[in-house]
Amino acid sequence: MAAHSAVLSMSKIINPFWGGRLGNTVKVFGTTLTSHRNKTLLTPPPAKYGGRHTVTLIPGDGIGPELLNHVREVFRFSCVPVDFEVVNVNSALETDDDMNNAITAIRRNGIALKGNIETKHTMAPSVKSRNNLLRTSLDLYANVMHCQSLPGVQTRHKNIDIMIIRENTEGEYSSLEHESVSGVVESLKIITRNNSLRIADYAFKLAREKGRRRVTAVHKANIMKLGDGLFLQCCREVASGYPDITFDSMIVDNTTMQLVSKPHQFDVMVMPNLYGNVVSNVCAGLVGGPGLVPGANYGNAYAVFETATRNTGKSIAGKNIANPTAMLLASCMMLDHLKLYDHATMIRHAVLKTMNETRLHTADIGGQGTTSEVVQTIMRIIQSGGQLTTEL
Amino acid sequence: TSPVQHETFPLRGTVTLIPGDGIGPEISSAVMKIFEAAKAPIRWEERNVTAIKGPGGRWMIPPDAKESMDRSKIGLKGPLKTPIAAGHPSMNLLLRKTFDLYANVRPCVSIEGYKTPYTDVNLVTIRENTEGEYSGIEHVIVDGVVQSIKLITEDASRRIAEYAFEYARNNQRTSVTAVHKANIMRMSDGLFLRKCREVAENYKDIKFTEMYLDTVCLNMVQDPTQFDVLVMPNLYGDILSDLCAGLIGGLGVTPSGNIGANGVAIFESVHGTAPDIAGLDMANPTALLLSAVMMLRHMGLHDYGNKIQTACFDTIRDKKVLTKDLGGNSKCSEFTAEICRRIQDMA
Repeated sequence: MAAHSAVLSMSKIINPFWGGRLGNTVKVFGTTLTSHRNKTLLTPPPAKYGGRHTVTLIPGDGIGPELLNHVREVFRFSCVPVDFEVVNVNSALETDDDMNNAITAIRRNGIALKGNIETKHTMAPSVKSRNNLLRTSLDLYANVMHCQSLPGVQTRHKNIDIMIIRENTEGEYSSLEHESVSGVVESLKIITRNNSLRIADYAFKLAREKGRRRVTAVHKANIMKLGDGLFLQCCREVASGYPDITFDSMIVDNTTMQLVSKPHQFDVMVMPNLYGNVVSNVCAGLVGGPGLVPGANYGNAYAVFETATRNTGKSIAGKNIANPTAMLLASCMMLDHLKLYDHATMIRHAVLKTMNETRLHTADIGGQGTTSEVVQTIMRIIQSGGQLTTEL
Repeated sequence: TSPVQHETFPLRGTVTLIPGDGIGPEISSAVMKIFEAAKAPIRWEERNVTAIKGPGGRWMIPPDAKESMDRSKIGLKGPLKTPIAAGHPSMNLLLRKTFDLYANVRPCVSIEGYKTPYTDVNLVTIRENTEGEYSGIEHVIVDGVVQSIKLITEDASRRIAEYAFEYARNNQRTSVTAVHKANIMRMSDGLFLRKCREVAENYKDIKFTEMYLDTVCLNMVQDPTQFDVLVMPNLYGDILSDLCAGLIGGLGVTPSGNIGANGVAIFESVHGTAPDIAGLDMANPTALLLSAVMMLRHMGLHDYGNKIQTACFDTIRDKKVLTKDLGGNSKCSEFTAEICRRIQDMA
């Protein structure tokens, strides 16, 4: 609490003209400062009744609803002890009520599986991206994406294995913009020490846990000397506490160049929000496209799982051609998080077997199969594994 | 503001040549030799740019360099080293500010003979070069909280959009795609997008599309042939232009041009000064040569440009005389001589 009020009073002293602009920044990050100090060490107990978990499901727009229906289908078929609480968010509305309901539901259950919610440009700029709002309200500070080449998918580069950890709440996505003079718009990019330390710490912990050798920080500190400079400094500080892991850094434009020519030099990468967006999409493209890679957003208390590249897929919605792999693998990550490891392994194995051995591919990776055909094949493989299932 | 002007260039064009540092002088002389072999009507004026302190304490480029550029309006520049802790900003930044170089244009075309995993790349990235995320305005709000300001203005957005469509029209390109993140940066990228849409209304012959930055990255590494001309603000342009350079083989083979107000244009190679091979006749002049070809096209001297480009690509495709970075072990002078020979055989 002391930190919060000190920060507010400092902002009033610094520059009364800037009070408005700084005030916004301070309000947003005052809470970050306090929450870091009063960080709770207890995660809330899982929503588990009678051995069954409850997970919030947000269908979203585009291909989200159909893919999540398939997830439910597979779960029901495999007798996974998970019940879904469906919360619909309508991207066309201007009010935040349905978004608040979704956030409350996730707070209640602790875990969510979601599709992407569309952000319509036609609405006023004050209507913020719903996905972003969800991430910042729940403080899901780490976006983790594991890009692995799949043997059954034709790509230009083989054997890629990169983990990308992206700061998920601040940076360029702070949504603090204003038009100071007519025709001149300023957008603020915020980097804080606390969040940078937090994400660096997460990255190194994860690297150690998974036995990875190297962490690369991606930045543009030669231009944004203070902002990205701070991020880099925090990464270096955290790196000093992990002498078994090599730490290096690379400028973001060079990183993208290296990714398309020599992607095998990368192991674990950590970076602020916008570069994370670019790098994760480049890596997803390298391993075969948006339909293959699952993503997870972790906070201290909550976790939300979705596809890594967060596409709405409006153009292919309702046509039964979307690739269910990413969403199904994301649901497996969710099952792992719920400690339902057996179910997770079973479904993941079936998905990967369908991808790599049966060659039943959807259109995005060059095949002719429909979504339902792929899902049916997955369920058949699960059944042949001898586990308890319902009727096909 | 006036639309992009198209002056008819005189047949004898003067070009201010800035050789640069490191391998700069040797690749510049290679380009001059090749132009001589092609009998291109270019008169070179060599100038050096090192930062000097002008009256009032502001850093500026030497006055003779500025005078030459103002007269010739066209420049060709080799790599310049940016000394650390020199007290003055980078030379590239100084040049950009001096001549208001607002558009950075990078055509990325796959080079037959220099194999990369990506074939048939043929796109152009046009990047706004003056504002955006590189405004350099940063503050420490309180200890541990830093704010960087990204500036998007109506004028700069309109100017770059107009240049992009003019370029597309003049170079027979069929579509222009605006790259943005207006779903997150609603106001700033929203303004950029609006300006692009407005300018698109005046160019109905060119197809205009908009795409999110992440979607562009995703699709670029899967199928770069779907892109034609891309226009975008500063940071996205920086990242995407380097990404596209990586697709065709790196900065050693990528040309680049900077267009400024008042008809000024400076074409440059974007690789580094390579001090380790400077003076050893090992450098690859392709990047600077292709930038010079861009320059010839800008001046309306398409025939010369095509001739030189064909000779260069044929040499690389033939694979007999290649510099070390292209996979051969010939000298820079041998590579240059081979290109000159091909040009003379063509005449």
